[in-house]
Amino acid sequence: MTTDRILDLDREGSSLRKRPRPGELLIRGFLFVCGAISIATTVGILYELGKESLLFFQDDAVTFLDYLTDTVWQPQAGSFGIWPLVLGTVLISIIAMVVAVPVGLLAAIYLSEYASPRVRGFLKPVLEVLVGIPTVVYGFFALTFMTPLLRGILGTSVVGFFNVASAGIVVGILIVPLISSLSADALQAVPDSLRQAAYALGASKLEVSTRIVVPAALSGIAAGLVVAMSRAVGETMVVTLAAGASPRNFDLGQDSLFGYVLNPFESAQAMTGYIVITASGDLSYNTIDYNSIFAIGLTLFFMTLGLNSLSRRLVKRFQEVYE
Amino acid sequence: MTVEAPERASRGNFPEEEEYRGLLNRRTRNARLFQAASLMALTFAVLALTTLLYTIINDSFGLVAVVNENQPEDIVAGLGYDPAETSLADLSYDELVGLLQGAVSSGVGRRLEREQRFYEDRLVFETDAVWIEICSSDEPPPGCTAGLRDGANVFSLVQERVVVPDVIAAYELVPSLLSPEEFDAEVAAGFESGRFGEYTPDQVNIEWRAWFSMTFLRSPASSIPEVAGIRTAIWGSVWLVVITVGFAVPVGVGAAIYLVEYAKPSRFNELIQTNINNLAGVPSIIYGMLGLAVFVRLLEPITSGAIFTDGVPPAENGRTILSAGITLGLLTLPVVIISAQEALKAVPDSLRSAGMALGATRWQTVRSQVLPVALPGILTGTILAIARAIGETAPLILVGAASFITADPTGPFSKFTALPIQIFQWTSYPQVEFQKLAAAASIALLLLLLTLNAAAVILRNRYSRRAQ
Repeated sequence: MTTDRILDLDREGSSLRKRPRPGELLIRGFLFVCGAISIATTVGILYELGKESLLFFQDDAVTFLDYLTDTVWQPQAGSFGIWPLVLGTVLISIIAMVVAVPVGLLAAIYLSEYASPRVRGFLKPVLEVLVGIPTVVYGFFALTFMTPLLRGILGTSVVGFFNVASAGIVVGILIVPLISSLSADALQAVPDSLRQAAYALGASKLEVSTRIVVPAALSGIAAGLVVAMSRAVGETMVVTLAAGASPRNFDLGQDSLFGYVLNPFESAQAMTGYIVITASGDLSYNTIDYNSIFAIGLTLFFMTLGLNSLSRRLVKRFQEVYE
Repeated sequence: MTVEAPERASRGNFPEEEEYRGLLNRRTRNARLFQAASLMALTFAVLALTTLLYTIINDSFGLVAVVNENQPEDIVAGLGYDPAETSLADLSYDELVGLLQGAVSSGVGRRLEREQRFYEDRLVFETDAVWIEICSSDEPPPGCTAGLRDGANVFSLVQERVVVPDVIAAYELVPSLLSPEEFDAEVAAGFESGRFGEYTPDQVNIEWRAWFSMTFLRSPASSIPEVAGIRTAIWGSVWLVVITVGFAVPVGVGAAIYLVEYAKPSRFNELIQTNINNLAGVPSIIYGMLGLAVFVRLLEPITSGAIFTDGVPPAENGRTILSAGITLGLLTLPVVIISAQEALKAVPDSLRSAGMALGATRWQTVRSQVLPVALPGILTGTILAIARAIGETAPLILVGAASFITADPTGPFSKFTALPIQIFQWTSYPQVEFQKLAAAASIALLLLLLTLNAAAVILRNRYSRRAQ
């Protein structure tokens, strides 16, 4: 190769510069639009829920203050207080967490600390499949197994056909695989050197698990629990089928707190249940019923968004970083 | 991590023989108790899920007490066959149609024929003149264009209209196997208490019934539980999956490629990423409300198909498969994006550098180097997203899946029902027969999901083996 040719090439260097390629730009644009669709989805959710909620609050029968403070939800009578529905959701979620947290956490500890790799390799995918069982099947299970079981044990006079306890326990069973799967991931991410050090000091498996591994994985576990809680709050089908279709209207001054307001064996409609029941009837646009489900949906959206952001913040703030 | 220093040690005062052994025993005991507790928790979880499966299977098979308006044996004997050798299912298509012709009123017959014809070359209930007239009218019935009825369809019509079975009591699988005589006693007691109304004990047949059967899979939905099936629902679910995948996979993979291969760290791109993570946690019912407000209501001219036809739109409103499919597409989008991102990130950078070094543009590199390597991972994510979409119920109710239709969906602009909707509807009816149907439909749904999950696991295993 002579110097001339190199110089030649150099002179023609301008043609070697990146040429504009319309095809590439087009593809890049398409891919960008794909990415932006997720933003559009969020905007769409916020806009539609917000717009219909505004219409709901502009209705003469509704005031924002009553919505947030009233304890009676009776659309036919013009009472729109969110608390009876929130009560249903919260009761079910609490019962679900009471069932799922100990079971899920202990199962995760067993999976991560005790089980042999072979057992773990078998059980982990099983748990993942179980997370995917449709919730409507769990709803069927609640109605045909859990409710009769509870009524058989405690008596049909104590436990109603539709009741919060049955729905709560089944939602709990539904989120156990989620909790144990997420927690087991967090526990296994703790470096083995910590465990070995503790064993070397003579600690038992119990001491290593509860004093070394669990505290080290706490941020991941807590985040998993919050995700599970958010799942329980947003859970729909079990709640609709098993917890009943009438809101538990209450009056704190008159009703007994444990006999009625917090009684787990009576029915109480949850927020998601109300939305589904209202929407499955003949729903005409621009009615107060139509608008009300969006107001409740918006409330639900913010509840779960809050829980999910909390979960991410927990991970970020308390994450232990190991080399 | 700090481990508390034992107090005694710091005082230089170790526990003596007895005390030492006591402490050690206690620690060992606690450790054992804890291990037992955690094993029990795992057992409880597995047990709960076994109970779930047990309940479903237990409810799907068992003894039933059934009263037939016409006994199948008599019908077969009436046609000149020996009932011991031939059953109703063995009859030919022509014979079945003949039975139907003899049993139903001409009005019902004409309605059946207008839904779907029996023969290509002749009409059974309608006259040619009327048929030509109604088919050239403004609103021709579906029978003018739909295909012919098949054997299974006519058989279930004969069951429904000629045999007319009525299950008056049903038993579960395990008690049916262990103590069938108790069921007889229960039925007898039912007659004594007058629970079965005008039926008499000698009308009752006690027989085995598999609620989950091939007939159940092949029969269309029906308001009569004894002949109801899930074919309509299965086709609805299939159509939904096709539209969901058709929307979510191109868009999801495109978004993942943008985020992994193109996006430079900027505020907007970070926003997209955070937003996708947030969307993954939004309850499915919220997506249903978005679908109701946007696809069913706002975009009704498109989702009902009105803008594609000049005159009559294919659907009367926006509550179509298309609306539901795109709603589920949006719902599964975060799952598809996140798993596709993982798959793309796992592709070694050396492949990209090699492609670039050879002068390929970014898209050429992505298309011919990165995507083929990431494909199995993307497929796994896609299958899991389908599995999620198949089981979703709440969003479908919101976008208006019809509770009761018997016609199979014919395209994206059809009204539809889907497997989980059918389970939901049947579960919420009080009659025991519908509980059995819900259980049988649950088996079908779980089998479908199990197949999909198995496919995902196989793909993942094959992928990880090749990557080693």
